[in-house]
Formats: sequence, structure tokens, C-alpha cells
Amino acid sequence: MAKLRTRKHRVVLSRSTGGDAGITVVMTILGLFMVLPMVYTIAQSLKPLDELWMYPPRFLVSNPTLKNFTDLFSLMNTSWVPFSRYVFNTIFNSIFGTAGHLLIASMCAYALAKIRFPGSTGMFTMIRTSLMFHTTVTTITSFIIMSAFGWIDTPLAIIIPAWGSTLGLYLMKQFMDTNVADAILESARLDGANEFYTFWVIAMPMVKPAWLTLIIYSFQGLWNQGASIYIYSEQLKSFNYAIGQITAGGIKRAGASAAATVLMMMVPIIVFVVSQSNIIETMGSSGMKD
Amino acid sequence: MANKELKAVHRTDISRAQWVLKEMWRNKVAYVMILPYMLVFTLFTIVPVLLSAVISFTDFNMLQWPNFVGVSNYVSLFFDDDIFLIAVKNTFIFAAIVGPASYLLSFLVAWFINELPPKIRALVTLIFYAPSISGQVYLIWATLFSADSQGWINATLIEVGIISTPITFFQNANYVMPLCIVVALWTSLGTAFLSFIAGLQGVDRALYEAGAVDGVRNRWQELYYITLPSMGPQLMFGAIMSITGSFGFGGVVTALCGFPSVDYAAHTIMHHLEDYAGQRYEIGYSSAIAVILFLIMIGANMLVKNIISKLGK
Repeated sequence: MAKLRTRKHRVVLSRSTGGDAGITVVMTILGLFMVLPMVYTIAQSLKPLDELWMYPPRFLVSNPTLKNFTDLFSLMNTSWVPFSRYVFNTIFNSIFGTAGHLLIASMCAYALAKIRFPGSTGMFTMIRTSLMFHTTVTTITSFIIMSAFGWIDTPLAIIIPAWGSTLGLYLMKQFMDTNVADAILESARLDGANEFYTFWVIAMPMVKPAWLTLIIYSFQGLWNQGASIYIYSEQLKSFNYAIGQITAGGIKRAGASAAATVLMMMVPIIVFVVSQSNIIETMGSSGMKD
Repeated sequence: MANKELKAVHRTDISRAQWVLKEMWRNKVAYVMILPYMLVFTLFTIVPVLLSAVISFTDFNMLQWPNFVGVSNYVSLFFDDDIFLIAVKNTFIFAAIVGPASYLLSFLVAWFINELPPKIRALVTLIFYAPSISGQVYLIWATLFSADSQGWINATLIEVGIISTPITFFQNANYVMPLCIVVALWTSLGTAFLSFIAGLQGVDRALYEAGAVDGVRNRWQELYYITLPSMGPQLMFGAIMSITGSFGFGGVVTALCGFPSVDYAAHTIMHHLEDYAGQRYEIGYSSAIAVILFLIMIGANMLVKNIISKLGK
């Protein structure tokens, strides 16, 4: 009881009304700056054609319609490669890219965090430094490597590099460090469990928020994957690329294009909302220790 | 007996090399576990980076066998290529504004959100985070600022009487850079922002109570003396995200202003790299650009690391 009162007391001590008002004003301005373009995006997708081209344009929609969405779907049906093929490609790449990354990055993170072996610190420093390598920098050379393996124009060109993503490994390593107690692993080892068993059956359930976050990041990246220089067959291209082709139709596709933007953004937002509490819990220990 | 073999040996008993070998053998399972990830990581991160560095000293063009040309690519970049210098200037202007601004914005918004009640907090987090999770939603800025009848900004400015004819914002060298900066800030509350939110929630409440007892008077003192020093890891993580984001900036410009942007007004190092790699196939030259960009990022990272480690102490 005493503790509760102290906490209330603290709030009174360090919070001024003027500060609260100032923060509310600043947050409202920033919030409007963030949210208005999103509102406009959604309003555009619900506008009938005459409202889309009405002058002067109105910010909000007065007679909302889903016609843009039905237009978009009928445009999808006219594509040369069946649209379901693009959707399949994106889902296929997202699932296998994410699953493989989850498995090998977690296993590596477990070994780096929970087994002390020569080279472990050096390897982690290298991985950590690579967080600031921009992937565009390595596109050319990755292309050369992939063509040496014969992966160009196969799904492998998208899936395998996703396995080696750095952010996921970093996240898992930090969580293995802080959330998995050595004592539990030690007792499992004494009971005769091998490292693979302790990793999968004991450590992994303890870092569930971390791998949920990893799934979201990896999924987001693969879902938003557009045209790739590694893929040139139309049948292997992604959903995002195909949507881009539809929206590239210029003025006459303005309605369908607005609908497509909303469609593309809904999926990652839903994934985020569903797992938001997990993300926020997880990011807490993903910072660097220096 | 088997147990005795597996026991860790003290380093002083044997030579260092022997000890390392013994330790490696004892932990062989660890190497098996890191093998798959390290293979992919080496193949698609380490090797490409090293290979880029090597190719940057050649005239490789994807058709002919490369010749070693020494540092001539680097020399031409800095002495013969005026557009590269424009790109460097733009990149630095951009990084100097967007890097710190997005970093501070992420932190301040996260800090403000942290003061809200939990239910509202979740909604506000989504509002601020949504622009950066949803792919190409930033293209709405092209519609908002367009010069045709869809352009809401132009229409509003004309109605109010500030201008009489629509401004072609994305084809005007005076506007492209500021506009791209605004859009970049709009999409900048991403990974770093989430990391800050989580870090703030993780700060030990007891520290604030102790602070209040020890004479912390207001929220700014609380921020400086308690919150910031407890968030070292997240601050560092966010800094790296901001550095890579702001120096590697380019995609937004291409999507909004086309390529190349008018008069190269928003031409960045990333554009220059993509130009030489993807359109002219001068891989040697573009690798030199890649290496320079890379060194700049590492330099920026070291600088920021120093600043943050001073702040954290």
C-alpha cells in the first residue's frame, strides 16, 4: 500500500500541467501529420470515379463505394499470368523464407548465446557490424554468387538470402542471453539431453516473443518484396510486383490503384495488430550491449 | 573416463593453440549449430562485401574479363565525376537532417506514448508505426502533391489564393529535396521507434521513485538522469537503424520524383550506385561507390557510438 502511494506521489512531483499540455499539443500535431496521409489513402480507395476526379478535390469521401476494389479484382483476372500465381509466389517465398530464417537463426543464436566456444565473440561482432550494411550495396555481388549457384530466376534467389537476415539473429541472441537461464540448460544437460534438444524443447519456448517478432519482420520484408533483379520469369514474380503493374496504368487506373495500396498495406498491419503486444515486449531487449 | 575428456582444460596448462583446438573439439556441437546460418550469412553478406571491395579496383563490366586498374575508379569518382559529388553532398544533407530528426522523433514520440494509458498507447503506436510497415503507402504523397486535379495540396493553395497555377512539386528542383525529406520522416518511425517504446517500458520503475526522492524535479530531469542512461542498448540499436536508413536513402526519391530527379536535385549516393550498376553495367565503378558508402556508414556509426556511450555513462 505504501509503495502505491509513493508511486502516485512521484507522478505529482515530476509532472507539470504545462508540460502535459505542451506534450499533448506536440503529439496531436505529429499525430495528424502521420495519420492524415493514411486517412487520405483509405478515402481515395473508397471514392467513386467522379469524386476521384472532382475539382477541387475533397479530402474525405462523401459517397463511399467498393467499386475500386471490384475493379481491381477484375483487372487481376485479365492478367496474362493468373493472378493466383503471383499470390502463391509471395506466400510461398514468405513461408519458406521466414521458416528457414527462424530455424537456422535461432539455432545459431542459441549456440552463440549459450555455448562458449572459440570464435563465438568474434562471430557475433561480425554479425552485429553487418547490421549497418545496406543490402543494395551487395546486390551486384550477390547476383554473381547466385548465378554461380544457378539460383537466378528460381525462388531460391529470394528465399535463401532471407535466411541469412541479420536483424532476426540479433534479436534471438539478445533474448537467449537474457531470458534463458543457464541453470535450466545445465540441469537438462546433466539429465543427458543433447544441445539440439535443449535448444528446441527448452530454450525456444522461453523466447516465444522473440521469434514472433522475427516472424513479423521477416514476413513484412518478404510480403513487400517487389520486382527483384534475380527473377525475370513472369510466372515467378511477386504479388507486390503484379500490383505495381496494375497501378502503373496511370490515370485510368487511379481507382484500382488506390484500392491496391490499401489492400497491400492491410496485410502487414493486421499481422502487426495481432502480434503487437508481443513485438513491444520483445523489442525491449533487442538493443546492443556495449 | 569419457567425462574427463570433455572437461574444460585450464589455459595455463597447455599452449594457447592447443587449448583453442581442445575447446573447439569439446564444443563441436556449437559449430554444427551455427553452421547453417553462418554459411548463408557468409555467402550473402561477407563474401559480397569482400567481393565488392575487390571488384572496385577493376574495370569489370559484366562482359569482359576484368582488368586491375588500381585506385583509378576512386580517383575518377572524386575528381572527374561531378554528379557523384552532387550525390555525396545530397546524401550528407539528407543524412544530417533525416538521421538525427528521425532518431529524435522516434525517441520523443515513444517517450510521449509511454506516458499514455495502455489502451490508448496501443492505438497511438499503430498510428505512428503504420506508415513504415505498409510497403509503398508513401506513394500517397505523390497524389497529395500532384499537379493534376487529384492534387489536394495544389487545389487548396489555389483556393486560398497563395498560388494561381499548380506547382509541379516533383519536377521542380527547389521542392524535391524538402519534399523527400518530409516523406522520409513520415516513414521513419519504424524498428528504432518500436525498440524505444519497448525500452521505455523496460526501465525499472524503482529507479524513478528513487530519483524523485533524490531530488528529480521534473520530467526533463527524469529523462536526462534516469531514462536515457537506462536505455543504452536501445539507443545504440536505434542509431544504427537511423544511420543505415538515412545514408542508404534513395528508393523514396525514385518512386516520387523518377530517376534521375530533376537537375539531380535529390540524387543520392544510392542513386549513383544503382545508375552505374543497374543501367550502365560498370560494376567496377559502382563497387567503388558501394565501398565509399559503406565506409561512410561505418564512420557515422563509430561517431554516434561515441556520443551515445558518453550519454549513457
